[in-house]
Amino acid sequence: MIEAIFFLFAALAVGAAINVLVQKHVLYSALSLIVLLVSMSGLFILLEADFLAVINVIVYAGAIMVLFVFVIMLLNLPADEDGADRLRWLKFLGIPMALFLLFMILATLWNVGSETLVERQTAGTPEAIGRSLFTDYLLPFEVTSLLILIALMGAVVFAKKEL
Amino acid sequence: MIPLNWYLILSAVLFLLGVLGFFVKRNIIGLLLSVEIMLNAVNLTFVAFSSKNGQISGQVFVFFVLVVAAAEAAVGLALVIAMFRNRETLNVDRSNLLKW
Repeated sequence: MIEAIFFLFAALAVGAAINVLVQKHVLYSALSLIVLLVSMSGLFILLEADFLAVINVIVYAGAIMVLFVFVIMLLNLPADEDGADRLRWLKFLGIPMALFLLFMILATLWNVGSETLVERQTAGTPEAIGRSLFTDYLLPFEVTSLLILIALMGAVVFAKKEL
Repeated sequence: MIPLNWYLILSAVLFLLGVLGFFVKRNIIGLLLSVEIMLNAVNLTFVAFSSKNGQISGQVFVFFVLVVAAAEAAVGLALVIAMFRNRETLNVDRSNLLKW
């Protein structure tokens, strides 16, 4: 039963990722990426990472992807035009290189861990993550706020009228 | 229960689809979306290993990856808007002023 749910979400994720690549219009790619994110949340729930599953839907699919879709609709882009690419042959170089990288990663992963995941004590509840975040990872958490502030200022500066 | 391998292999396949998208796509927003796919694949690996080792640290790292992805999306999309204002295109092959 669990395996069936895993395969459902895995197939959904891979299918959505492939759809992101093959769509001509970037808006459909963005919408397909939302499907990928939701199926990723399903996999997180299977791994007992409840808090991350919820955060993934709210922050990633809810906020970041809305930003993407907003920008795409703001710019009102046409679909990709094919003839203009001077470097079209790079596409055919990229596919074998990506397959080679996949082969190397899989060759490593094959030996990593075939043991099944055991029932564990520390589920990813908000309490457990918050406790870890505010004790062991307090400094990175605070530095994160600085990062967001800088990103905010950078986005405002870059999107100004005259640049 | 599900073997750890399956999660890792799924994550590797998703990461490779992101890399492939980065090679194949010529629209700069498509490149940003491919980066998001790669970040999600790495997130899945973090959570799988966190679940295997019974430690919460992996999930905290996913939290930080999420924050960096948000910052990257904000700055990247601002750059996309600036590029579209100045060049009237989003094709990365067309933005070649610095090329010899």
